[in-house]
Amino acid sequence: MIKESNFNNSSGLNPDKLNNLLLKYSKEESINKWDIGASSSRDISVQVQQGNAKQLKGSLRNSMTLRVWNDQNKVGITSTSDFTNNGIKKAIRGAIEASSFGNDKESPEFSPLAKSPLKEINSEISDEHGIDELLEILKKAEKKLIDTHPSIDSVPYNGLSESYMERLYINSEGANRFMKLTQSTIYLYAKGEEENKKPRSAGGIRINSNLKELDIDSCIKETSKKLVSHLNYKAVETNKYLICFTPEAFLQLISAFSSMFNARSILDGVSLMNEDSIGSQVAVRSLNISDEGLHPDNIGAFSFDGEGTPTQNINLIQSGILKNLLHSEATARKFGVKPTGHAGLGAKVSVSPDWLVINKSSGELNKDVSLSIKTTQTKFILIDELSALHSGVKASQGSFSLPFDGWLVENGIKTSIEAATIAGDILKVLNSIVNIEDEQFVTHQGISPHVWVEDISITGEA
Amino acid sequence: MTELQFKKHSDNMLFHNFDNSLKPKIEELLSLGESAGADLVEIFLEKSDNISLLAEQDNISNVSPSFGIGAGIRVFLGKKDGFVSTNDLSEGGLLFALSQALGMLGLQIGLTNKKRFEGLNELKDFGKLKNQWLTNTPELSEATIKLIEATETLAKKNSNLQVRRASYSRNWQEVLVAATDGVFARDIRLHQTVGINVIAIKDKKRSTSARRYGSSGNPNDLRHWDIENSANELNESAQNMLHAEYVDAGQMPVVLANKFGGVIFHEACGHLLETTQIERGTSPFHDKVNEQIAHSAVSAVDEGLSNFAFGSISMDDEGMEPQNTLLIENGVLKKFLSDRAGSIRTGHSRTGSGRRQNFSFAAASRMRNTYIKKGSFSPDNLIDSVENGLYCKSMGGGSVGPTGQFNFSVEEGYLIKNGKLDKPVKGATLIGEAKEVLPRISMCANDLDLAAGFCGSVSGSVNVTVGQPHIKVDSITVGGR
Repeated sequence: MIKESNFNNSSGLNPDKLNNLLLKYSKEESINKWDIGASSSRDISVQVQQGNAKQLKGSLRNSMTLRVWNDQNKVGITSTSDFTNNGIKKAIRGAIEASSFGNDKESPEFSPLAKSPLKEINSEISDEHGIDELLEILKKAEKKLIDTHPSIDSVPYNGLSESYMERLYINSEGANRFMKLTQSTIYLYAKGEEENKKPRSAGGIRINSNLKELDIDSCIKETSKKLVSHLNYKAVETNKYLICFTPEAFLQLISAFSSMFNARSILDGVSLMNEDSIGSQVAVRSLNISDEGLHPDNIGAFSFDGEGTPTQNINLIQSGILKNLLHSEATARKFGVKPTGHAGLGAKVSVSPDWLVINKSSGELNKDVSLSIKTTQTKFILIDELSALHSGVKASQGSFSLPFDGWLVENGIKTSIEAATIAGDILKVLNSIVNIEDEQFVTHQGISPHVWVEDISITGEA
Repeated sequence: MTELQFKKHSDNMLFHNFDNSLKPKIEELLSLGESAGADLVEIFLEKSDNISLLAEQDNISNVSPSFGIGAGIRVFLGKKDGFVSTNDLSEGGLLFALSQALGMLGLQIGLTNKKRFEGLNELKDFGKLKNQWLTNTPELSEATIKLIEATETLAKKNSNLQVRRASYSRNWQEVLVAATDGVFARDIRLHQTVGINVIAIKDKKRSTSARRYGSSGNPNDLRHWDIENSANELNESAQNMLHAEYVDAGQMPVVLANKFGGVIFHEACGHLLETTQIERGTSPFHDKVNEQIAHSAVSAVDEGLSNFAFGSISMDDEGMEPQNTLLIENGVLKKFLSDRAGSIRTGHSRTGSGRRQNFSFAAASRMRNTYIKKGSFSPDNLIDSVENGLYCKSMGGGSVGPTGQFNFSVEEGYLIKNGKLDKPVKGATLIGEAKEVLPRISMCANDLDLAAGFCGSVSGSVNVTVGQPHIKVDSITVGGR
């Protein structure tokens, strides 16, 4: 049996051993400049079906990305999961071979912040639990969810997992970062059906650094409430509507267009913004967007990025004006700023947001402050979750056409929408916001209030 | 024996050479698992050697080799299974993973000793004629020259193609599968893809266009890439879509082009015919074998056998040779796709469809090369039959919900007016539900063709082929503006 223990005693990565091996093998290959990012994870997860264990999974995994700079300062990279001495030697040779094809027009360097002090985040390492305990918790959750309503017949997609992760960054100039964290996740996706109606489904997810603090009851409650509200549905007429995005849905939409804030995408010409966009008005004056990797609710955040740069909070849009971008070392150098802690590790380094936070800018009035998710009686569509973001978003053009789960709300009464899509342009959406509510909600992907947007196209079933 | 003792006495042996020499040690591991009380124990060993390259405008901007090793150990007890993956291919590492997988099911090595393992079959080596594949693929220098040629060719097509990208990836994988039912099989897989995409910019208008081509088991694939043809096709699409207006939403007849148009069948129907979905109780077709579920014009297959097709395999990830599976015949449902777990849990016989992205996933029933068979009409017959509708020349991605509702984006679309193709339109999404749309596929043309793609699902991202001839759907919801 897998025994209960403390993740603090786990030994996945060995930074000293890796450092010594890299020093030795790079010297043998006459490489003077190198860095590595490595991670190790250990996790267990369970799935259940109608009160029985379905699949129980565990994994013990390592991976490492190694960069070398050759004598022409061109960069080569290799990734490997083989941490044996031979595996690391092979990785160095692979990186050296790749460096012959390094891009001499844009070569990454070490981050100037790779040795700067780090903020302490997510430092609590939880106790490890046995698989039997996870299984019992999930079985109970499944039963409890099914028992909430007679029309809920199953929870076809479900899972409870507990993970321990380590991550390090080391470079040949002495930078040495290491961090570990724990994370527990539950997801419940239930199915229900009423007579002469189509089956409907809805789900919820919760994440916490500690299994004992995972809010399973609220996940059950949310999933049940949503599913029950979708059991009775009707088609919505194709038209333009006043829309209210839930915090989850608005964060999904902004994340899908995060290339707007991404310096890498701008340099590559695949962003809606360009190098001169900073300082321009891109949204209504009441909108603020920031990326706050250091936010205490950001479970699973590491204190440094792939290049060893400390994680930082960055204002992206303030009072509707694009203020800053997310950077790697290379893009920051091009823009004449400092890296922001949003980089991966590569020959061409990717950039991505950590944890988006949306709020109303102080002192700026919304167009229609009377709109409220709690009190509005006017007809509107409440969009709860967007789907198919990978195929329905044209980030470089700014357009989207996405299926969604949601409700038509009229006189305060919610009716589930059978099947529909929302379509539009992101810049038009950002400039058609009529109210950003005051109350913010923490979700598993960021923080946002409900956001109201007017005149958006909805296609229903004819 | 404790886990610590396993590690101590056996750290010296590495399971790095996938051949007959491993047989005694693997048998020892399997024997330990079976004697602990497992109904079946399966060990999946994997090595990978991959490269991905990216050319942007006229430069190579990324060269990323990656190497991997790993093992997945799966233990069945009744209808339950425990699965553990690890990068540690030492004997100690595998013993530890085995003991964890057993422990998940309440079993412990050395405690019951109620069964006796009878040993593995002779090694079935599907990879023996493939040992040279890796060395026969293009060197990095050759591949980079080819990609630069592609972006330069695109540049010559039109100066408004301001973002030009070409990518190449080569994924080589060696696997060894052994199980207590005697299965002992080795294979080598080689998958290569090239992708090109552009952004055309004129005045304030932008259009994007992309294509991906893929093959399996063909080391010379990149060398034979017809760059000129691909660049022409991509440029034509980008230029047409630059002037496209947003499509009006509504319910209308739709003609879907061949090749990647098959993604609609893959998403809307194929996933619902996997036993993975039957197990979850989410397939509306679970009790419909030998019943009419589609229009009589529709016959469809899933197979892993077509030469060089992206979804072809010599054996699945459970060591079984792939079958040619007739899914639907003249609209009647004939068979589901099943893996080992699906067979145990649903009773549907295995079809050689147990697939996984890599060692870190347990195999699940997954599609391979899936397509609607050709019919007797010409593509023009289908267009001619539509008074007002939409022609979907190129499809983007799509997804299917847990109860069969689907959506697909249309990358390149044209209105059909009075039986003729009319102006280009953008922003279209096809929305529907499998059960309702399959009976509305009323015409199939005679131009079946296949296209490569990646399918993401419970066992990760796997290489697949989608395909169809031109087909006509009598009525479907088109999302637009």
